[in-house]
Amino acid sequence: MYKITLALKYFLKRKVSYFAVLAVTLCVFIVVVVMTVMTGLYGEFKQKNYEITGDCVVGTDSLVGFAYYEDFIKILDQQKEISAVSPVIKSFALIRIRGSQSDQALEIMGIEPESFCKATGFEKTLFYNKNSVSEAFKPSGDPNLVGCMPGSALLYLDNIDFLNQIQVPMYTFSISCFPLTSKGALMDAGTGLVRTMNFYLSDISHSGLPRVDSSMIYLPFDHVQKLCGMDGSTKRTSFIHIKFQPETKLSKGCELVRSLWNSYSLEKQNESQAFLLETVTVQSWKEFRREAIAPMENEQAELIVMFGFVGLTTVFIVLVVFYMIISHKSKDIGILKSVGVSKLAVIELFSIFAFLIGLLSSIIGLLTGWLFLANINRLERWLDKKFGFELWDRSIYAIGDIPNRVNLTILLVIAAAAIFACLLGAFFPSWQAARKDPAEILQVNQL
Amino acid sequence: MSNDVLLKTEHLYKSYKMGPTRVKVLKGANITVRKGEFVAIIGASGSGKSTLLHILGALDRPDKGTVKFNNQDLNKLAARDLNKFRNKKVGFVFQFYHLLDELNILENVYLPVMAGTSVPGWFLRRKWAKNRAKELLEQFGLSERMTHKPYQLSGGERQRVAIGRALMNEPVLLLADEPTGNLDSVTGNSILEVLENLNKAGQTIVMVTHDERIAKRAGRIVKIVDGEIKNA
Repeated sequence: MYKITLALKYFLKRKVSYFAVLAVTLCVFIVVVVMTVMTGLYGEFKQKNYEITGDCVVGTDSLVGFAYYEDFIKILDQQKEISAVSPVIKSFALIRIRGSQSDQALEIMGIEPESFCKATGFEKTLFYNKNSVSEAFKPSGDPNLVGCMPGSALLYLDNIDFLNQIQVPMYTFSISCFPLTSKGALMDAGTGLVRTMNFYLSDISHSGLPRVDSSMIYLPFDHVQKLCGMDGSTKRTSFIHIKFQPETKLSKGCELVRSLWNSYSLEKQNESQAFLLETVTVQSWKEFRREAIAPMENEQAELIVMFGFVGLTTVFIVLVVFYMIISHKSKDIGILKSVGVSKLAVIELFSIFAFLIGLLSSIIGLLTGWLFLANINRLERWLDKKFGFELWDRSIYAIGDIPNRVNLTILLVIAAAAIFACLLGAFFPSWQAARKDPAEILQVNQL
Repeated sequence: MSNDVLLKTEHLYKSYKMGPTRVKVLKGANITVRKGEFVAIIGASGSGKSTLLHILGALDRPDKGTVKFNNQDLNKLAARDLNKFRNKKVGFVFQFYHLLDELNILENVYLPVMAGTSVPGWFLRRKWAKNRAKELLEQFGLSERMTHKPYQLSGGERQRVAIGRALMNEPVLLLADEPTGNLDSVTGNSILEVLENLNKAGQTIVMVTHDERIAKRAGRIVKIVDGEIKNA
């Protein structure tokens, strides 16, 4: 009982304890804020990648694409584990906005809006046709024209929010492609090489992923098929995007598609364009978007290392504080030992003291962190308005608000880590104190 | 060893390392203390009297030699038993009182009971301990000072609190290291009176002092010269 009593009294009556609490609180606060923001950012980034991809992708990066996809889509449609399937063509094209004097090389993506929105969360990226995806390629000015949907950054729009307030502008895009045969040769060699079509702005896609929004223009699937020369007697596509039923696990679903694809490609091995099937892979959305996600994962790993250093700093702060406290309290240790207190009990006494510092710091740090996060966006807007100081560069991180959703598990882990760091920092000085010879401490000439 | 012998040491040796040299403090000290005795150990500064007292109270271990308490060799006790011995069998009174600044007077007095009891045990004994501590403080004229902090008391009052703490667990042996060394003569005299009264009530006391006048208040005087007992 004396351990709790004394630890409490040391805690309440030693000013240095408050400095320790302040230091550990600051560490907890920093970790809570940065972890919440970065975890939110990482989670949002992954979610956005998932939304433009779906659960699983069958396809090839080859510009030639692969054949016999229609029959495979029929097979996929029959599976109870699969809820939606959509073919997609990805290629490169030269694009010129009418009135402009120069072409721009960009990526084009041919989609069937209805099936693609079922297989992915693409409709969420649209401005005008979120709730009417079948109209996505119908320009509001003239629904008989063929529409296109460029990425928001392609139109150099600094503030995309204003689009909500205006009618879709009537831009015309002239898109040229080099159609390829199934063997990869130029299809129209000797006649003109390039196929060109005009498309009219019908919507704008804002996925929140800067690389996608600045390089991609979405077009109707069958038009892209023609532009790329994939519309012959044996039609071709680049990818098939698949969405699983909610109860189907990603790994199980991908396994199923993989086995279906293996059987299907074997079945088609004697067909004339069977060689195109060799480059086709079945990937989960995480594998498909690895190039985009991996740097973010690296950033998160670096963050964890940084937090490791913050934790280490906490340990050192507590260690220094405890050395200070124990050097002032060596007389007490001698007195306690003279009344029969053991070495272990001395360690326990200072561990309780450290636990109190860790507990109080965690509570204050978590509460202030939570309060700060709850107001972080309001605070940022105020700083921006008052001083023109933008805390968060949205063009880099591609998010609307700063992520501030507090994760209870993360909070508990941070609190536990802070308490552990305090106990660790207190252990060595406590252990040294416990080893002190009471006779030596209580000698008159030692006082 | 006869039944009335409480404490007996044989050929105690103790040395300390001081920088590059080793200082021999005790060089074969022998002393016997009988139950109910008030023994004063007198010696010059550095003669080894405090070291001897610490060894008698198991606060320190000798390099060589034995200390028998009620015929039990303290050297053979495990650390846990030595802690128990210090908690139950002996009470220490130091020259500088050595009270815990964070605790009030009452808490300082019942500290040995808290230290020797588990948390559930403390809840069972708490009432008894507080009453016993109050009784001791009343006995030493400190009933008005129970909630005060040590720094609010005079030297003499603090030493009486320290004696109260030493007696809290009703130890067989009270060890006092220069108990009046930090007090003026009037206050020191009152502390000696307290010790005399305790001895009259049957308490065995071993007191260390360098002052012959103070030593004369004890029932028996033992001289320590250069780490050896001259008239045990």
